[in-house]
Amino acid sequence: MLGLVFDIRSFAVHDGPGIRQTIFFKGCPLRCAWCHNPEGQEDAPEPMFMSRRIGKTSFSKEETAGSWRSVEDIMVCVKEDIPFFEESAGGVTLSGGEPLMQPVFARLLLKACKELGIHTVVDTCGFAPPKVFESLMPYTNLFLYDLKLADPKQHIQCTGVGNELIINNLKMLASSGKNIIIRIPLIPGITDTVLNLAGLRLIIATLPSITRIDLLPYHTVAQGKYQRMGKLEPLQGKAKYDRTKAEQIKIFFQHLAPIVSIGG
Amino acid sequence: MKERIKLLREQSLQAINTLSAERALLVTQFYNQPGIECFSAPVQRGLACSYIMKNKSICILPGELIVGERGPSPKATPTYPEVCLHSLQDLDIIHSRPKVSFRVDEHTRDAYRDVVIPFWTSKTMRDRVFDTMTIEWKEAYAAGIFTEFQEQRAPGHTVAGKKLFAKGISDLKEDIQLSRQSIDSQGDAYTDEKLEELEALEIVADSIVVFAHRHAEKLEELACSEQNPTRQDELLEMIRICRRVPFYAPQTFHEALQHYWFIHVGVITELNPWDSFNPGRLDQHLLPFYQQDIANGKLTKKKAEELLQAFWIKFNNHPSPPKMGVTALESNTYTDFALINLGGLTEDGLDGVNELTYLILDVIEEMRLLQPSSMVQVSKKNPDRFLNRTLQITKTGFGQPSFFNTDAIIQQLLNQGKSLSDARNGGASGCVETGAFGTEAYTLSGYFNLNKVLEITLHDGRDPETNKQIGLQTSKAEQLKSFEEFYTAFEKQLQYFIDIKIVGNNAIEKLYANHMPAPFLSLFIDDCIANAVDYNAGGARYNTSYIQGVGLGSITDNLTVIKKWVYDEKLLDISDLLNVLEANFKGFDELRFRVIYETPKWGNNNNQADQHAVRVFNSFYQCVNGRPSYRGGVFRINMLPTTSHIYFGSKMGAMPDGRLAYEPLSEGISPVQGADHCGPVAVLQSASKIDHIKTGGTLLNQKFSPSFFSSQEAITKLAALIRTYFCLDGHHIQFNVIDVETLRQAQKHPEKHRDLIVRVAGYSDYFNDLGEALQNEIIRRTEHESV
Repeated sequence: MLGLVFDIRSFAVHDGPGIRQTIFFKGCPLRCAWCHNPEGQEDAPEPMFMSRRIGKTSFSKEETAGSWRSVEDIMVCVKEDIPFFEESAGGVTLSGGEPLMQPVFARLLLKACKELGIHTVVDTCGFAPPKVFESLMPYTNLFLYDLKLADPKQHIQCTGVGNELIINNLKMLASSGKNIIIRIPLIPGITDTVLNLAGLRLIIATLPSITRIDLLPYHTVAQGKYQRMGKLEPLQGKAKYDRTKAEQIKIFFQHLAPIVSIGG
Repeated sequence: MKERIKLLREQSLQAINTLSAERALLVTQFYNQPGIECFSAPVQRGLACSYIMKNKSICILPGELIVGERGPSPKATPTYPEVCLHSLQDLDIIHSRPKVSFRVDEHTRDAYRDVVIPFWTSKTMRDRVFDTMTIEWKEAYAAGIFTEFQEQRAPGHTVAGKKLFAKGISDLKEDIQLSRQSIDSQGDAYTDEKLEELEALEIVADSIVVFAHRHAEKLEELACSEQNPTRQDELLEMIRICRRVPFYAPQTFHEALQHYWFIHVGVITELNPWDSFNPGRLDQHLLPFYQQDIANGKLTKKKAEELLQAFWIKFNNHPSPPKMGVTALESNTYTDFALINLGGLTEDGLDGVNELTYLILDVIEEMRLLQPSSMVQVSKKNPDRFLNRTLQITKTGFGQPSFFNTDAIIQQLLNQGKSLSDARNGGASGCVETGAFGTEAYTLSGYFNLNKVLEITLHDGRDPETNKQIGLQTSKAEQLKSFEEFYTAFEKQLQYFIDIKIVGNNAIEKLYANHMPAPFLSLFIDDCIANAVDYNAGGARYNTSYIQGVGLGSITDNLTVIKKWVYDEKLLDISDLLNVLEANFKGFDELRFRVIYETPKWGNNNNQADQHAVRVFNSFYQCVNGRPSYRGGVFRINMLPTTSHIYFGSKMGAMPDGRLAYEPLSEGISPVQGADHCGPVAVLQSASKIDHIKTGGTLLNQKFSPSFFSSQEAITKLAALIRTYFCLDGHHIQFNVIDVETLRQAQKHPEKHRDLIVRVAGYSDYFNDLGEALQNEIIRRTEHESV
């Protein structure tokens, strides 16, 4: 079984508890304007120009973002980090892109981790058939679940898809008692409006067992990546998120989960 | 921090490093006396030490709680002309060089010109060393294959053990007496030498008591004229203490600190040992005094903290004696490498972290001084709280404390044949060097440039910098048909130069044993008294001579480039490669790009590279480990550079890994600057592929931006990172918090900073991968966050 992966990173410290190895799946059903992993969107390998400098001389080279990897191949990388997982209570995180776009590959990978007793996290946008979630649930310790916009129309407008499926899946996961961390991207003028935040708060309030909410302020880190891929950054020119505002929003969500944090 | 500590600290920070002629004049006066040459070497040295202790000026600063200075005032640094004589020209250089300078005034210059230089010319240990060395040794030394620690500094490099705090001079004199009796009853062929050594030990034992009493007398003068009754009480207490210690064993916390400090000053006045001296396991040694004084109301936590702060300042007043030439280049710092050990295990194998450990951590954080250096020993038995507290200090970004693996240190010491209790009482000193504290003479003999040996192998034994044939004629590189043949040639050259180094070391050990014993140091290191043999002659229970390997990362990457591009992929012939190196990559930008960016590098958990590190490490180990030394011990390896990776780099042309001529090599076992681009886990995975247990210490540096330490969650993850490295038997890791200057350099030279990870609001990324605007923003933020 092969899966399309665009990166594997050790010492991922913002993708769940402990020290983690994150496997980035390539391909995503959403097209969020603020996406910070644009190389994870298309579900096929694609060219990416890498420009590297030695002093002032620049060398440009076409590289390929994404490669087909076997479960066994990835598990070799995973196994090497086991001492770090054990010491830090960390593990493996599937992220992307959207791991649920490759459900069988994701399930096999999670299953292989579980067989080794490794803690697993799935970082998802939630846009997948409920059956896919059901197939992964037995092998997943924790879901990092993105919640972006409460209004279905605005959701379509900004991400390309509606949010009904996403919200239903979230309710299903929550009612089955799964560990969930809700992640809300704070995008100025888009997701951080009072109206939207109030809407998200209503959704979260209906959910049992939310242990934590992470607010992820918008950052400009992907700028370079968009350039290398020859893509236009949809939110070009937006400034980095205002810290004070993030703090105010944190207070707004405080009562909904034991932990509300800014950043992952 | 109390006002007086603030003042003393400020005084210490502001004091200008000066060169003092006092000791040089005293030692010259002493040796100028008629009939001195009739005494045996140890007795001569004992009398010389005694002469200095009786005649040197006594310095007591207002407000001081711990007294005793090596020079006439803080940072007034003596010289040791019997070891190494500075010429007038040397003094000019020392005075005016931009880094690590010492002010030399007219009075000192005159003293040197009129008294010191005329007397000591051609009579120093340095002269003896260079007169004794072979032509092969001299050529290898001049080419930058290795350095020699004992050409300007005496052997030392040891640490106080439990005995120092448990016994007074009176007890040691009894031990000397017992040793004498056992010699009298069962004499051997060395009876005369042993009796001479014991006589020397007795002379120096008395001299330190005189030194302490001279302080008591000076304090009495001060007490008489003191107007402030509180200070007067303090002075009276200090007088009492200076009359008690070091003659009697210390009984209170204050006495223990003053007791150690007198002895410290004695060790660094007798000679200029490298490293200076070191109280070692300070939290273990001081705990009984602390607990007892607290229990009977003699001490409060606040007072203990103040005394420790005063103690810290004393270390900072004592820079490393002025170095010249290669010695200055390989260790270009004022630090004299006293490394305080905290935590670890007790002699019984229990968790050694105690209340004093945390108090001392507070002191380290608050004092924020260059000296003493500090480290924490982390055993699997130590609590996470200890590690977390230490990381809180590390994040403030002054490189201290560093982290050491107690469980690995104990394994190393056991592997070397030490007893379990001696191993558990051990630790690391200097930079990262493993030692059995109080029982081992573990001298460092010099840095060894693994990469220069490779450069010479590429040129059939010839040094391309000078065109001299200094190595073996193994073969012209183009005739080496496979990588295996190439590596075999390298191993032959390695063995050849290690042999030269070891022959030289043994000759130098013999010179120090015969001409420059250290009776004062010998008093405190077991079993010099019982054996009646000097520290410098093999009197300690354990004797180890280290050769420090330098540039593991660089040589790994060099070998990977040669194997991959020359032998496997045949992109170029080895003769083409030599042309490229000779041209210093000029006109070969594309190739340089490929060797830098498209070749596996050490530090990324990539076996294509890492296999070479393991192989070179094992070759180096096999060449050195277990070879007998003159002092009756053995040679062993460790992997650390101080600043020699810069000196060694300056002696070398361009190398296959893309390093340009004269640029620094990699340091310790760290990856080549910027070559690790897969994050810290991969670095630790690579680093743990070599067997640290076979060494006497390895050094690993890791860089983090200040924002990395921003939350408790992040600190917990760093703690786990350390714990894991230590599970994998890693010896040491040190976190350097990145400063703004580094980030600016990274913008200019991205290829040297591929390892820089910065945190961007809930997300971390490689600095190189960020757009320029974001880079600028991070620079601004780092500026703001830096303490």
